[in-house]
Amino acid sequence: MTTLPLRVVPRRFNFGRSGRIVERNLLVYRHLWGVLISGFFEPVFYLFSITVGFGALVGDITMPNGQVVSYAAFAAPALLAASAMNGPVFESFGIFFKLKYMRTYEGILATPLTPRDIAIGEITWSQMRGALYATAFVVVMWAMGLILSPWGLLAIPAAMLTGFAFGAVGMAATTYMRSWQDFDLIFVVTLPMFLFSATFYPLEIYPDWLQIVARFSPLYQSVDLLRGLVLGVIDWSMLGHIAFLVAMLISGLIMAGRRVEKLLVT
Amino acid sequence: MPSDSLVVAKGLTKRFGDFVAVDNIDFEVRSGEAFGFLGPNGAGKSSTMRIIGATSPASDGFIEVLGLDPEFHGSEIRQRLGVVPQEDNLDPELPVDANLIIYGRYFGLSRSLIKERIEELLAFAQLSDRAKDKVDSLSGGMKRRLTIARSLINQPDLLLLDEPTTGLDPQARHLLWDRLYRLKQDGVTLIITTHYMDEAEQLCDRLVVMDGGKIVAEGSPAALIQKHSPREVVEVRFPVGVQEGVVNRLEDLGSRIEALPDRVLLYTDDGDRAAEEIHKRGLFPETILTRRSTLEDVFLKLTGRTLVD
Amino acid sequence: MTTVRHAMTYFESSARRYRYVFRGSMFASFLNPILFLSAMGLGLGQLVDQQTGEAVIDTFSYVTYLAPGLMATTAMSTGASDSSWPVVAGLKWLKTYHGVLATPLTVGGLVLGHVAFVFTRVLFVSLVYGLVAVAFGALELPRALLAILPAGLTGLAFGAAVMGFSSYLDRDVGLANLFRFGITPMFLFSGAFFPITQLPEFIQPLAIATPLWHGVELTRAAGLGVSTSWHPVLHVLVLAAFTVIGLSVARRKMTMRLIS
Repeated sequence: MTTLPLRVVPRRFNFGRSGRIVERNLLVYRHLWGVLISGFFEPVFYLFSITVGFGALVGDITMPNGQVVSYAAFAAPALLAASAMNGPVFESFGIFFKLKYMRTYEGILATPLTPRDIAIGEITWSQMRGALYATAFVVVMWAMGLILSPWGLLAIPAAMLTGFAFGAVGMAATTYMRSWQDFDLIFVVTLPMFLFSATFYPLEIYPDWLQIVARFSPLYQSVDLLRGLVLGVIDWSMLGHIAFLVAMLISGLIMAGRRVEKLLVT
Repeated sequence: MPSDSLVVAKGLTKRFGDFVAVDNIDFEVRSGEAFGFLGPNGAGKSSTMRIIGATSPASDGFIEVLGLDPEFHGSEIRQRLGVVPQEDNLDPELPVDANLIIYGRYFGLSRSLIKERIEELLAFAQLSDRAKDKVDSLSGGMKRRLTIARSLINQPDLLLLDEPTTGLDPQARHLLWDRLYRLKQDGVTLIITTHYMDEAEQLCDRLVVMDGGKIVAEGSPAALIQKHSPREVVEVRFPVGVQEGVVNRLEDLGSRIEALPDRVLLYTDDGDRAAEEIHKRGLFPETILTRRSTLEDVFLKLTGRTLVD
Repeated sequence: MTTVRHAMTYFESSARRYRYVFRGSMFASFLNPILFLSAMGLGLGQLVDQQTGEAVIDTFSYVTYLAPGLMATTAMSTGASDSSWPVVAGLKWLKTYHGVLATPLTVGGLVLGHVAFVFTRVLFVSLVYGLVAVAFGALELPRALLAILPAGLTGLAFGAAVMGFSSYLDRDVGLANLFRFGITPMFLFSGAFFPITQLPEFIQPLAIATPLWHGVELTRAAGLGVSTSWHPVLHVLVLAAFTVIGLSVARRKMTMRLIS
C-alpha cells in the first residue's frame, strides 16, 4: 500500500480507511441520537429491579472473603458484563442485514475500502457505542451507590474489553449465518451464559460440575473481573480473566477479517 | 501493449468450483472509448466486470487495469474506478445527498471537495430537488441515476456499468442513455455490459459478443452486423401449429433462415421482395415485418440462440 | 364472515411458513423454561427461600412462585416478537403484505389471521412451559394445564397490541424502543419475579396499567390456585380490551399503508 504513486490518491489516503465505516454509521445515527441516549435507560431498569425487587427477596450476600454486600451491589457488575456482551451481539444483526439484504457492503467494496477495513470499521463502531453504554451504566451504578471501591472506575475499560471480545467473536459468527433464523443459535449460546455465569448468585450455589463449566464461560471471566473491581476485591485471577478475553478478541478479529473477505470477494 | 489501453486481458478465466463463468477470453479497452460486453444472462459478463472492478480475483490468465494487477492493487485501482452494479446497492439508511457524501468519503475525498461535486452530480442525475429524500422513495430510474452519480463522485478514469438499464421503463432508459452520451463526450471511458442489442448499438464504439463464458465475436456494432448478417430480415409469424408445416417452403427465399418457436426469420438483402414472394406462394402468415439486421441477429447466427430469453 | 374466511387462509399460509422454522422454534420453546426455571427458580430460589418476607412467596418455594409468572412473560415476548419484526418486514422491508393483498385477501383477514396464528403459537409455547414446570416440580397437574389459557390470553393481547404499534413503523428504531421502554420494563416490574407491592407506591399504578400484570395475576391464580388482586373477569376484560384495540388499530393503519 505504501508504494502507491501520489498522483493516484490524495496524500491522506492510507490513514484510517476503516474510519470511513465509522463515519458512515455516525451519518446514519446523526438523526437517531435518541437511540444512543435511550441506552441509558436499560441499566436504570435493571439496576432498579435488582435494588427494589430481587434485593428485598434475597437480602445480603456473603462473599468468599467474608465481605458482606447488598444483593444489588453483588449483581450490578454482572449485569454490566451481560450488557457489554449483549450490545455487540445484537449489533451483529445489523451487520448481517447490511451483508445479506441491504447489499451495502457491495457498494462499499467498489471503492478503495477492503473487506478488512469494513470488518475493523464495524467492530470499532460497535465498540464506540459499547463504551458509551458502559460509561452510562457505571455512572448509574455510582449514582445508586453500587460502586464500593475506587477500582470500580476500571470497570469501564473492563466492560469495553468485554464488548470488544464478544463483538469480534460475534461478527465472526455472523458471517456463518445463512438466514436470520440462524440467529436463534446465538441465543442458545448467550442465554445460558447469561444465566449461568455467577450472574445472579455466587458460583458456590451451583452443583460442583456446573461450577467447573461456569468457570470456563467467557461471560464468567467478565463477571468475576468486573465484580472484583467494583467491590474492591483485587487478585491475580483477574489477569487470567483479562488474558481469556484478549484471546477471544484476537481470534475473533482474525476470523472475522478472513471470513468477511471470503464472503465478499468471490 | 499500446499505452492508451486502460484494461488488458489475456486468457482471462474465472471458475466457481467446477463451473467456468469466464473461459479464456482476451480483450483490450482503450482510453476514451465505450466498450461493450453483449450477451445473454449467464454469459459471464458480470463476472468479467467484477474482475475488472477488482472485487473478484481472476482464477487464471492475465489482467491489468489502469496498468495495475487487480489482485495486488485492488484499492489503488478502485480509487480511480466508478462502478454501477447490476442491482443498485445504494445505502438505504441514508438520504440521497448523504449517499453521495459518504461515498466520496470512502474514496478519501475531503468534505469540501465532495460538497462542490454533489451539486453538479445531483443536477446531472436530475435529482437536485430530491437531495434530502430517502433513497427508498425514489423510482427505479431515479435510483439508477443516483447510482451513476455516486459512481462519478471520484471523477473516475474508467466507468463500469453492469446492465445499466435492465428493469427500467423505456422513458427512463432514454434519459439514462442521454446521460451516458454526455459522459462519453466528456471523454470518460465506459465499459458496459448489456443483453439489449439496441443499448449496445446506441452506446458502444466497440464490443465483444459473449456466450457461455467465451467471446464469440468482436468489432464495432456496424462492422459486426455487416460481417455476420445480410442487410434485412423478414420476420414471419404464422398461426399456432402452422409454422412447422410451411417452414420448408420458405427456405429458398433468403440466404439464411431461422425458425424460432414463435416466428421465422428470413435473412435477405431485399426484404420486400421476399415478403411478396411469400404471398405469391399462397402462404398467409398472421404478420410479416421487414426490418434491418441488428446485433440480435448477429448473436443468433453466432450462437443459435436469442439474447433475451 | 368473509374476514374470518380470509383470516383462516392467512392463518394457513402462516402455518406453512412456520414449518420451515419449526424445529428451531420447538427447541427454543423447551430450552427457555429449562434455563430460566433452573437458573432463577432453583438457583436464585435457594437464596430467596432462606430469606423472604413476602406472604405470597412464603407460601410457595420461589421456583413455584416464579413458574406461572415466567409462563406469562414468555407468552408476552412470544406475542410481541411475532408481531414486531415480521410485521414491519411484511409492510416495509420484504413487502410480503403487498403480495398478500394482491390476492382476494383483505387487510382485516390478514390482521386477524396473523394474530390468530400468534395466539396458537403462544398456546403451544405455554403448554411446553407448563410441562417443563411440572417436570421441575414447580407446578402440579392439572393446574399447570389450566394456566395455559390465561397465558395464551396474555400472548394474544400482546400479539394484537404490538401489531397495532408495528403497523405505524418504518424502521427498526421504533421496535428497539418498544422493547427497551415497553417489553423489558414490563418483564422486570409486572409481578413475574417479585410482587409489585415491592415497587415504590407511585410506580405501582404504572405496573397495574400494563397488560402483563393482569396476565401474570391470572396465570398465577390459575397455576397456583391463589386468588387474583382484582375480580378475574376484570383482568380478562383488560386483556380483551388490549386485543380488540390492537386489532382495530392494526387494521386501520395497515389499510392506510397498503391500500392507497
